Amino acid sequence: MALLQINHMTHYFGGLRAVSDFNLSIEAGQIRGLIGPNGAGKTTIFNLITGIYTPTEGQVEFKGESILGLQPNQIASRGIGRTFQDLRLWRHMTVLEHVKLARYSKLTYGLMGAFFDTPHRNREEHESEARARELLQLLGIEHLADQIVTNLPYGAQRRVEMARALAIEPQILFLDEPTVGMTPEELTQIMDVIRSIHSKLGLAIFLIEHRLKFVMELCERIQCLVFGEAIAEGTPDEIQNNPQVIEAYLGKDMVET
Amino acid sequence: MATNSTQPPAHGWRGTLQQFLAPIPALGFLLGMLACVLIEKGAGEGLAGLLGLPKIPILFGLVNIFNVIGGVVHMIKGAPFEVASLLQIPASLAYFALVYLLPLAIVARLLAKPANQVAGGLQGRSLLISVLIHLALLYAVLHLWTTVNDYRLITLKIMLVAVLFTLSLNVINGYMGEFSCSHPGFMAIGAYMSSLFTVGLFVDDKVLGAAKLGFSMAYLTFPLALIFGGIAAALAALIVAIPSFKTRGDYLAIISLAFLFIVKSLFENLQGLGGARGISGQPDWASLPVIFIVVVVGIWVINNFVTSSLGKALNAVRDDESAAEAMTVNTRKTKMAAFMFGAFWAGMAGGLLAHVLRYVNPAMFGIQKLAEVLAMVYFGGLNSVVGSIVGAVSISLLGEALRPLEIFKWIVIPLLLILVMIYRPTGLIAFREFDIRKILRPKGSLDEEV
Repeated sequence: MALLQINHMTHYFGGLRAVSDFNLSIEAGQIRGLIGPNGAGKTTIFNLITGIYTPTEGQVEFKGESILGLQPNQIASRGIGRTFQDLRLWRHMTVLEHVKLARYSKLTYGLMGAFFDTPHRNREEHESEARARELLQLLGIEHLADQIVTNLPYGAQRRVEMARALAIEPQILFLDEPTVGMTPEELTQIMDVIRSIHSKLGLAIFLIEHRLKFVMELCERIQCLVFGEAIAEGTPDEIQNNPQVIEAYLGKDMVET
Repeated sequence: MATNSTQPPAHGWRGTLQQFLAPIPALGFLLGMLACVLIEKGAGEGLAGLLGLPKIPILFGLVNIFNVIGGVVHMIKGAPFEVASLLQIPASLAYFALVYLLPLAIVARLLAKPANQVAGGLQGRSLLISVLIHLALLYAVLHLWTTVNDYRLITLKIMLVAVLFTLSLNVINGYMGEFSCSHPGFMAIGAYMSSLFTVGLFVDDKVLGAAKLGFSMAYLTFPLALIFGGIAAALAALIVAIPSFKTRGDYLAIISLAFLFIVKSLFENLQGLGGARGISGQPDWASLPVIFIVVVVGIWVINNFVTSSLGKALNAVRDDESAAEAMTVNTRKTKMAAFMFGAFWAGMAGGLLAHVLRYVNPAMFGIQKLAEVLAMVYFGGLNSVVGSIVGAVSISLLGEALRPLEIFKWIVIPLLLILVMIYRPTGLIAFREFDIRKILRPKGSLDEEV
């Protein structure tokens, strides 16, 4: 059984069909890519799966259960972590606080624990901090733990976002254009980071990307989306040589000549 | 939140001051203050006479100074002015320096070494004991200070209530980043409900009828009355929260402002609760120690909440709500809980206020109260417990000191607020975490640190 199974997902914004008849199945531990030109609806697909929008039609099943209509926080706590294309960090909080807070759904001490500083709360907060520090170490930013995120360079902020998404202990991680705005040097570094979290934590990764080189190197299977429709699916080689994909990226004239 | 502790020492008079104060722990300052109040109690009367002041200046000489300035202002309006009263300005300043400033500096500095040793010893033991010792000292200082006259006592009581009230609003406006205007309404509900409890049950009253219960230890039920008021306020908050947290934006500001007016006119028209005249004759249960304990417990609980992960979730909701949701935070529950929590403490503060003043009426909880508490929150600093304490204390003190200026008071305070908003847009001490361990720990001298 696939970890994440999407059947015939369609979504309308008013009269505009943003996503039509999208199908996807991701196995545990797989790395999958979603490519496509700007405005193809890639981020919309992320938002549909993570519950920010509810699909107009279709089924979304995670670990064999439908997650349609659940709130984003419920979907996230079932094990879907994500990052955002435009970094969405909390600008007044430190790096460590970011990662700790993503363990929100794991906390059981409740409001009374929070008000009265109970031993239960102290234990859980310490556990949570220890786990957060491990993740920071995994991403190579443990020395930044007490910094306010807005003071950090861009590459480090990306890593904070990834560490935060990993803190919810996801079985699948959605990365929305993780390399946007990065230098080639940062690009190779982030590729290593993604590889290492994939091998160490054994989770599935679903990523949106513009840089083809990056997707081709990382992903086992790739889908190409154009105007909300998946026009091709296959291994990196198959996608690279698919005339429809080339047409979508480079235009019709280039293909004919 | 991380603050940079390795700042280079500043030069000039600020550097000298910093160097002078650096080795003094909190305990040293408390001992210094104790010396000040003891000196005032012993020699204040004589010194005031010597300096030509009519009696001991009540608020550090501030009121005397502004009395004179007020006289000047009234002269412009044509009232007679005694030139001799100008002498009171240097006299008040001299009194302040001799009774407060110099003894505080000298005693705190001289006792720095033993105070550091004691603080170091306490640091090794239980935090609770250390906190209790410091609080006991602080209470002793406040108690001695207020024994000089009753005006001080009531000012201090109202100030402490304002601290709790400001902090409870900071949870919503600062930590959660929503703009709520209904806080005086919650305070009113707390004040009325706790009065209903105490006056209704234990006092013969024209409005609420004869006492239903009467036993000698009735004052022990005062915490229950306060909590009853707090819970009533929290339930009222639920009514505001349900419609306003469905969507984001300015809805809360508008709905909560409407709520404030509804609550006020409700109490004005409820003849069963005394109508516009309100309820008076509350039993005199809000003594200084009771208020001190309630406010300390309030600060402790609120600080616990905002430093826990559940409280940090508020900051996340404020800074980016959709990111918070994607990170498993139940944003709706978080916002509701915080809003009701803030209202609960506003209700507690209301209960205290009603029993300090020993009357409560709807006119107390109007737009002016809202302006006052917003000024305290934004002046002191958003998202900061210390900021709220500083804001509430300084605006209350200023309000009392500027009283002689009458109407001009409402020109000076807003002007000051505008200046703060220009130079420190988030307030004096914003986004600072309140860490009691850091405050109480012994301090090394600056030279050792460098």
